[in-house]
Amino acid sequence: MTAEVHLQHIQKTFGGFKASNDVNLTIEKGRIIGLLGPSGSGKTTILRMIAGLETPDSGDIYIGGQRVNDIEPGKRGIGFVFQNYALFRYMTVRENIAFGLTIQKTPKKKIKERVDALTELVGLKDFGHRYPMQLSGGQRQRVAFARALAPEPELLLLDEPFAAIDAKVRKELRGWLRKAIHKLGITSIFVTHDQDEAVEVADDIVIVNRGHIEQTGTPVEIYQQPRTPFVADFIGEAVHVPDFTIFKGFENGRASGAHEGIIRPEFLEIGADDSEMRMPLASEDGTVRGVYFRGNSAEVDVEVKGQLLKGTRSLEKPPLHEGDTAKVFIHRIYSFAGGKTEILENRAKQIDSVII
Amino acid sequence: MQKEKGALGWALIGIAALFLLVMLVLPLVLVASEALAKGWQTYLRAITEPFAVKALYLTLEATVLAVISNTVFGLASAFLLTKFSFRGKSLIGSMIDLPFAISPVVAGLFFIMLFGRMSPLYPFLRAEHITIVFAVPGIILATVFVTFPFITRELVPVMEAQGRDEEEAAATFGASGWQIFRYVTLPNIKWALVYGVILCTARAMGEFGAVSVVSGHVRGKTNTLPLHIEILYNEYNFTAAFAVASILVILAVLILVLRNLAEGRAKRGESHDG
Ligand SMILES: Nc1ncnc2c1ncn2[C@@H]1O[C@H](COP(=O)(O)OP(=O)(O)O)[C@@H](O)[C@H]1O
Ligand SMILES: [Mg+2]
Repeated sequence: MTAEVHLQHIQKTFGGFKASNDVNLTIEKGRIIGLLGPSGSGKTTILRMIAGLETPDSGDIYIGGQRVNDIEPGKRGIGFVFQNYALFRYMTVRENIAFGLTIQKTPKKKIKERVDALTELVGLKDFGHRYPMQLSGGQRQRVAFARALAPEPELLLLDEPFAAIDAKVRKELRGWLRKAIHKLGITSIFVTHDQDEAVEVADDIVIVNRGHIEQTGTPVEIYQQPRTPFVADFIGEAVHVPDFTIFKGFENGRASGAHEGIIRPEFLEIGADDSEMRMPLASEDGTVRGVYFRGNSAEVDVEVKGQLLKGTRSLEKPPLHEGDTAKVFIHRIYSFAGGKTEILENRAKQIDSVII
Repeated sequence: MQKEKGALGWALIGIAALFLLVMLVLPLVLVASEALAKGWQTYLRAITEPFAVKALYLTLEATVLAVISNTVFGLASAFLLTKFSFRGKSLIGSMIDLPFAISPVVAGLFFIMLFGRMSPLYPFLRAEHITIVFAVPGIILATVFVTFPFITRELVPVMEAQGRDEEEAAATFGASGWQIFRYVTLPNIKWALVYGVILCTARAMGEFGAVSVVSGHVRGKTNTLPLHIEILYNEYNFTAAFAVASILVILAVLILVLRNLAEGRAKRGESHDG
């Protein structure tokens, strides 16, 4: 069994501080949802209210069609993986995993079977009699996961499940967790402040900002069609430009009001000279202000018309150096003119395609 | 510290050793030698004398009751202070420290005021034939009062450091309040609790000031060991005074040994390699 989740008009304040401000959310059965937002934006609060560890001031929470506001955490059919795992330190791995079933007075034999299956699933068969202190971060995380799954919850809630794990293991675990959850088909909500993690693990991303949900969508939607300035800014690396009409190809943006926009590194093409550019005439002249090695590419800071932009450059091309002149072509800009988010393509590209 | 100890190092060690010698070892030796000054016979007679035995029983009675009630109170108050947030929490936290701040003599006077002749409660107590001051209940109350912060103070830092995550985790599995306490909280604080109980016991056995005020010094009735020692001493019966004092010293050493065991276990319990 797996359940869908609805949150309706959730408000929650902590001593005057609005941790949740009209949160509305619908989560379909069997999906993995990533609650993504900056630290302090209220993600954990949302998760804890779904679990029943925190009570909303107003609004309704439904799990599997049932209103659960007045139902205690243990009866909501949820499994919760805490940020620091909160494993029972005086219980072994097996005792930790068995805890939920023991509380439910499941017969001993069934408990043993289930614990066997789960230690197998999380690859800790040989660690059953260890205590949490004797495990690595990644192993603890998997124990917490197994423990939460043991009573067969309909909804799995995970708070920053990878935050306390070192970078290399984290990457492995992400893939592992995504596969494990999909195999079980259990609806899952996880909290993260790391967009790579959200993109990699989640089917749908929910962007949280100041206790409010800014946008919900698949990772591709969130990246390609950010609906609010916050999302455009928060997702990917973004450079704000106060007036994008100064750039070639975007001169006649919208007629009235401010012309604030956001340019991402992947929107820029940076060349050493005209010969490297597909559309030299439509390119801007710039000056290189910094070059940073990023492993598989170089990050280039380039100044165009007094505005510092960030782009990337392949390591296969001749390297640029600080102070060099460069050519810059801007493919597109997110515009927030008139309070509406819009993606503007460089006009030169449209004309180009007409000519050919 | 692999470095050679310099002159300063040796000087510090010397000072510490001298201090320990004068403040701890000499008094202990003195107690032992004074107690045995007139031979084993006199010593045994002094400590088996009925008033001394009565005093020992009363001390143990007050200690056991104080430890029991303070264990219950300590667990409840530490649980309240660390696992819940509510108004007036810091006030309660400071109130619990009151017996540390207040002189035991004042605490004793406080019980006299509350239950003695001057008290508005007195007519009622008298009518019901309940005597509290200058009687055993007063001694027990005074002992409970002066020792009640010990267990709370041992538990609060440990419980604070552990947070409420594990309790919340247990709650998500549907554990009841009692089950959470029994299976999660109690094992986590076990050694801190033992440690607190030991400290509380030590303090309860040695309590003099508050007990002295409420006792009325009725020999064979309301005398605890420390009070009995004082009486013997004031009667210039030094041998008997030191003999009885040696009982307290032996109990204290016993407690110290237990304390060290508990501390060791508490440390090892943290890392689970034992
Ligand atoms: N129990 C609490 N008491 C007071 N403030 C809280 C409590 N829980 C959360 N907050 C506040 O609510 C805000 C959102 O917290 P949280 O949901 O933990 O954010 P996130 O998980 O997105 O980092 C933070 O500013 C935090 O300080
Ligand atoms: Mg959080």
